[in-house]
Amino acid sequence: MKTIATGNKAVAEAVQQARPAVIAAYPITPQTAIIEQIAKAVSSGTLNSRFISVESEHSAMAACIGASLTGVRTFTATSSQGLLYMHEMTNWAAGSRLPIVMANVNRAVAPGWNIWADHTDALQERDTGWLQVYAGSVQEAYDAVLMAFPIAEHEDVLLPVMVNLDGFALSHIFQPLETVEVGDFIAPLHLPHAIDTRDPAGYGVLTGPESYFKFRWDIERSMRDSVNVIQSVQEDFSRRFGRSYGFTEDYLCSDAEVVVMAMGTLGKEAEIAVDLLRVEGIKAGSMRLRWLRPFPELNLAGREVVVIDRSYSFGFGGVLATSVRSRIKREVYSVIAGLGGQEVSYEDIAGFVRRRCIGREDWFGVNGHV
Amino acid sequence: MKIPEEEYLLKCTAACAGCSDSLTLRYVLKAAGPDTVLVVPACCTSVIQGAYPYTAFNLPVVNIAFAAAAACASGMSEALRALGRKTHVIVYAGDGGTLDIGIQSLSGAFERGTDFLYICYDNEAYGNTGMQRSGGTPLGARTTTTPMGKRHQKKDIDAIVAAHDPPFMATACPAYPRDLFQKVRNALTFRGPSFIHVLAPCPPGWRFPPEKSVEMGKLAVKTGMWVLYERRHGKLSLSAPSKTALKNPAPLEEYLSPQGRFEGMDGADIEALKRHISENLLKLASEEAKG
Ligand SMILES: Cc1ncc(C[n+]2csc(CCOP(=O)(O)OP(=O)(O)O)c2C)c(N)n1
Ligand code: SF4
Ligand SMILES: [Mg+2]
Repeated sequence: MKTIATGNKAVAEAVQQARPAVIAAYPITPQTAIIEQIAKAVSSGTLNSRFISVESEHSAMAACIGASLTGVRTFTATSSQGLLYMHEMTNWAAGSRLPIVMANVNRAVAPGWNIWADHTDALQERDTGWLQVYAGSVQEAYDAVLMAFPIAEHEDVLLPVMVNLDGFALSHIFQPLETVEVGDFIAPLHLPHAIDTRDPAGYGVLTGPESYFKFRWDIERSMRDSVNVIQSVQEDFSRRFGRSYGFTEDYLCSDAEVVVMAMGTLGKEAEIAVDLLRVEGIKAGSMRLRWLRPFPELNLAGREVVVIDRSYSFGFGGVLATSVRSRIKREVYSVIAGLGGQEVSYEDIAGFVRRRCIGREDWFGVNGHV
Repeated sequence: MKIPEEEYLLKCTAACAGCSDSLTLRYVLKAAGPDTVLVVPACCTSVIQGAYPYTAFNLPVVNIAFAAAAACASGMSEALRALGRKTHVIVYAGDGGTLDIGIQSLSGAFERGTDFLYICYDNEAYGNTGMQRSGGTPLGARTTTTPMGKRHQKKDIDAIVAAHDPPFMATACPAYPRDLFQKVRNALTFRGPSFIHVLAPCPPGWRFPPEKSVEMGKLAVKTGMWVLYERRHGKLSLSAPSKTALKNPAPLEEYLSPQGRFEGMDGADIEALKRHISENLLKLASEEAKG
């Protein structure tokens, strides 16, 4: 069905179609509309789920963990401070190998209080064992949530998935949305280690170095295996519903001499910048990173790369720039831009490309020459 | 009342000799039976299970972060009920995980009417990390972080839980195993959240010989330092051992002096503790009398 929706509404729609048995969540701007819509659907009976209105995000994730351990599908949504508050439990969810799906509406981290788009929240979760995907449009947020369940729940993965969408820039803007009939795209969940009182086991028990280390490796092995699973779920999605996704979304990359890399809405903005630059005769392309974890192989041979980071790892560099550099094993031009919701237009991005300086890092409008 | 022969707490746990945490759990599990999931936050109980791939607990045990037991149990209970299962969900948490870091999730789960039993075994300090102060540590007790004796009274978690108006709540002590067993059985007949607060004398923490754990529990009850009761839908009734004991309470010193943690406690603190105890007894007696 074709309609117009905000990013938040799109996420809530997808969740209702995936029908988790238990949803536990706590409100925070700009995520609130997601859980309000879900709560309404549950209370009106259109969604047959248990909605647990918890007292904190730490508890939201703990409740998802408790529910998920019984083998049922679970979902939560949060943002910023909420995600940080949950951090102990996001580690717990991944370590317990639970296919929990979470929508995170990317927002800056205080202080000062700032509710606008920024990727610092999710990037601080980078090393927890969660798969992370970033949406660039309302449609993609919807599609990514639908795909998150079969990916997380696949027997070769069994890790939680975080679907990221930019606060306000995506959560609150209206764009066209085409919803689908899910049918059997999401198979029933079978959790091999679900709790069974007739076959008792300990979960999360004291574990010595040898076994602990092996369990960590198991997480990494599943992360690596998830690459194939993501690919096949995305292909299945495309076959059924006609929309195709990759690990990155590439725009005019094949003949490009310079490629802009970014995540989320800035990555979409970069595509318009590319059009501008092409008119000027600059052979630019855009490669919007969708999956941050697992981090994909990047086909950037022979091109200069401009990386836009909407967060920063103090004392070292932009997280995306650092990752791209280490993947392609050479220098990039790193632009730090859009923190705390800073306006970054396609004109600005075109400017980054024109004035690029490989090997250098600039903070847009703050420090450096852009 | 017949206490089942089945053991769910197997031999060779990693508990200290004379541990009341494990003694309590033994009766809790006998009362609950095999269709039970135990949710355990960081505490001595997370250690005494043993280490992977072994476990001394013969039922599913979910270990969870220190602050999160009641929230985890909330999700689990909702999921199990959604699946149509009656499985008991029991949180088994220490005083730190209940009175301090876990109080937020405890409060949320009780407010929401979660169908579960929350048991706090109270050894009046952080045992797992080597006996630091907790909200459960009584006035005057020495712990590693209150080396001169705690300056504040024990936090009244029972009043806090009672304010959530649960259908069932009780206090217990493994020195009175039949009373403990029966209270667990009672709790599990109620739907919604129930709470049992168990005094768990801890030989290394309280500094008394391991063979005196049961005696220490009895002295706590006989002096009125610990009062056994249950409250059903807000209606309080003192339990038999406390009813008998409180007709003629033993002097508090009989409870304090065998324990190293109270060594050198000054007279003013002892008097304050005594006042605190008699105020508590009066409060409970008048609540019971009101009916
Ligand atoms: C968030 C967090 N902070 C601190 C700890 C360290 N820690 C583990 S158990 C514990 C004390 C537990 O005390 P209590 O709940 O009374 O249980 P007991 O050990 O006495 O059985 C502490 C401080 C932890 N595991 N997690
Ligand atoms: S420290 Fe106390 S509560 Fe902990 S295992 Fe030892 S005796 Fe039991
Ligand atoms: Mg304790």
